[in-house]
Amino acid sequence: MRHTLAVLVENNPGVLARISGLFSRRAYNIHSLAVCQTENPSLSIMTIVVEGDSQVIEQVTKQLHKLVVVHKVTNLSNEAVVDRELALIRVKVKQETRLEILQTVDIFRGRVVDLGRSSLTIELTGDEDKIDAFVRTMKTYGILELVRTGRIAIARSES
Amino acid sequence: MGNVKQDLFVARDPEFTWEDEESLARCKSKYNGARALLDMLEKEGVELIFGYPGGVLLTLYDALLDSSIKHILPRHEQSAVHAADAYARVSGKVGVCLATSGPGAANMVTGIANAYMDSVPLVVLTGQVPTHLLGTDSFQEVDITGMTLPITKHSYLVKDANDIPRIVREAFYLASTGRPGPVLIDLPKDVMAAEVTSSCPEKVHLPSYKYFSKGNAGQIIEAAKAISMSKKPVVYAGGGVITSAAGLSLCQLIEKLNIPVVTTLMGIGSIPSTHPNLLGMVGMHGTVTANLAVNDCDLLIAVGVRFDDRVTSGLKHRFATKAKVIHIDIDPAEIGKVVRANIPIVGDARLVLEDLLPKVQVPETSAWWNQLRAWQQEYPLRYEQNGHLNPQMILEALGRIGGEQAVVTTDVGQHQMWAAQFYPVKVPRHFITSAGLGTMGFGFPAAIGAQFAKPDSLVFLVTGDGSFQMSIQELATTVQYSLPIKIILMNNGVLGMVRQLQKMFYNERFNQIQLHANPNFVKVAEAYGVKGLRVDKPEEVEPALIKAIDYPGPFLLDFAISPDEVVLPMVPSGKVITEVLGGED
Ligand SMILES: Cc1ncc(C[n+]2csc(CCOP(=O)(O)OP(=O)(O)O)c2C)c(N)n1
Repeated sequence: MRHTLAVLVENNPGVLARISGLFSRRAYNIHSLAVCQTENPSLSIMTIVVEGDSQVIEQVTKQLHKLVVVHKVTNLSNEAVVDRELALIRVKVKQETRLEILQTVDIFRGRVVDLGRSSLTIELTGDEDKIDAFVRTMKTYGILELVRTGRIAIARSES
Repeated sequence: MGNVKQDLFVARDPEFTWEDEESLARCKSKYNGARALLDMLEKEGVELIFGYPGGVLLTLYDALLDSSIKHILPRHEQSAVHAADAYARVSGKVGVCLATSGPGAANMVTGIANAYMDSVPLVVLTGQVPTHLLGTDSFQEVDITGMTLPITKHSYLVKDANDIPRIVREAFYLASTGRPGPVLIDLPKDVMAAEVTSSCPEKVHLPSYKYFSKGNAGQIIEAAKAISMSKKPVVYAGGGVITSAAGLSLCQLIEKLNIPVVTTLMGIGSIPSTHPNLLGMVGMHGTVTANLAVNDCDLLIAVGVRFDDRVTSGLKHRFATKAKVIHIDIDPAEIGKVVRANIPIVGDARLVLEDLLPKVQVPETSAWWNQLRAWQQEYPLRYEQNGHLNPQMILEALGRIGGEQAVVTTDVGQHQMWAAQFYPVKVPRHFITSAGLGTMGFGFPAAIGAQFAKPDSLVFLVTGDGSFQMSIQELATTVQYSLPIKIILMNNGVLGMVRQLQKMFYNERFNQIQLHANPNFVKVAEAYGVKGLRVDKPEEVEPALIKAIDYPGPFLLDFAISPDEVVLPMVPSGKVITEVLGGED
């Protein structure tokens, strides 16, 4: 099963190496990893999607806690969360497919962010499934380039 | 052309670009990183460091001349780490070692890994190229913090000299608290010369670092209930018992409850070898009784252990299958890592055992003891006395003659296992061995570190001819510092442990185990100024040991051992205890 871990770490050089080194050395499987500074500039948050059963996740969490640079590990899979990914997709476009593509982009609430003679660049946010579905549709037109951020997630506020 | 080449070389050599009179004078006159570092080490109570100099360390070595800290010069950086490691294990203090950048730092890697595996508190100092050359593949540059990420508890690359006081403080705190381990501080050359205006922080501020000391009270009550109700309990004690000084509490517990105890290799010394409740070492070369006890118990009380595969045979699902497991450890990540614990208790072993003691009721274990005593009768640790010089006999004699306060360090191989089996260890921190990493070459520098920790104690090194030659250059160190170490060399002319495995599991297809060109070790010792004596016959053992002990300086005893001796019993890796080899006659 996939788990989303929010790992609050020090914002220092070498921290990413410590985290990624831990995962590779102990053969934990990272599905995606997104890093950014938090509102506190001395801390970063890493959103790590990791594959494994509950025992593996327990070990990952404990091993992460052992790193001095790690302040907090939250398993967001146990909580109600909002999660998002951002994708940028450049698709081949022809006169006769242009309208179709634009309509699809609209349905998925994406945005066209760049326009070329024979290609379109689309920005799309959403959860993984939504982006997967969009990517599948675009494949029929021909994807020239695709980048995805990996999942970022945040716990929902209590109502 | 020739000149250009020479200039290039000079330009790449820090000794030429950095050691001009002017820069030396400049950094000497101010309170620089090097002095701040040494002041901090003094504040942390450091009395001696094991180190080896080099280009980027010149400022530091210059400052050392004015410091109260004693510097010991082993003959290899790996030895410096091992010596600091054993110094820490014997004294209970943090060991400190130092090496120059590049090759010096790289030579320390094995030593750091060794200390990490056995949870030894070390502060490892490495020189580094000046900050402006970092990342440029400059002369003698290696990314030592990167290389040691998986084998350090934490590490620092100091970029600002004003961080030195804080970092040193943190390093000692991290190395010695919680589960101890090595902490590395990488010190660029310019940082050591730069002026320091900051002062020593009052307190360590590490909000992200926590460790447990007292165990959870509810869990302790659960454990007490489980123990009181058990019929076949066994304590499985490891290095954590020694680290937390829990030996006495553990003895009180097993005596009050009359329950048996087995130890790991790291746990040797936690319980005196003569204690009637001690069933011996558990695992691959443990006693049959210790292994059968763990296999058959209904309650395994694991204290300061990590279920290493030398104990479990790597068969976590077939290990102690009938038992409920209480796991007491200071490192939460060890709990559930290998074997599921029914009652996990995270905390310091001594504090947990102290809390546990008044809460437990004496379980009914007489039937269990009958069984255990029967096994002990049936499967004693034994060896064949065949008129030859048996290694086991030497170790027993050493135990008799050496006295209870002697410290023994070992190398790695058959001699190590024989020492674990046959040398009677009475006191914690008196049996020093490379357990987790199994590092040949550890024993001799470890003996040096041990002797510095206990200048007035007898220190024995039990080594093999393979291992000894990995650190043989330290003969010079023992002479230079007049360390009266007694070297017990089990000389079988082979890499005995590997030979044993080839003999038992590879149809005696021996390969690369013969040490053909072994020197005359007595002569080598004498060349360094160490006394030596060859011993061939059983009746010479005791007089030789007495002679070596009575001699005021270092002494090497070269014991002629047969290469055919084997370490038994043996549970081959990947096999369960019931498949033990050599348990009975
Ligand atoms: C640095 C290192 N290299 C290789 C090994 C693998 N190894 C384990 S025991 C052993 C043989 C040790 O021979 P010796 O020191 O003569 O001791 P003996 O087994 O003969 O008592 C070897 C090569 C090791 N443990 N450490």
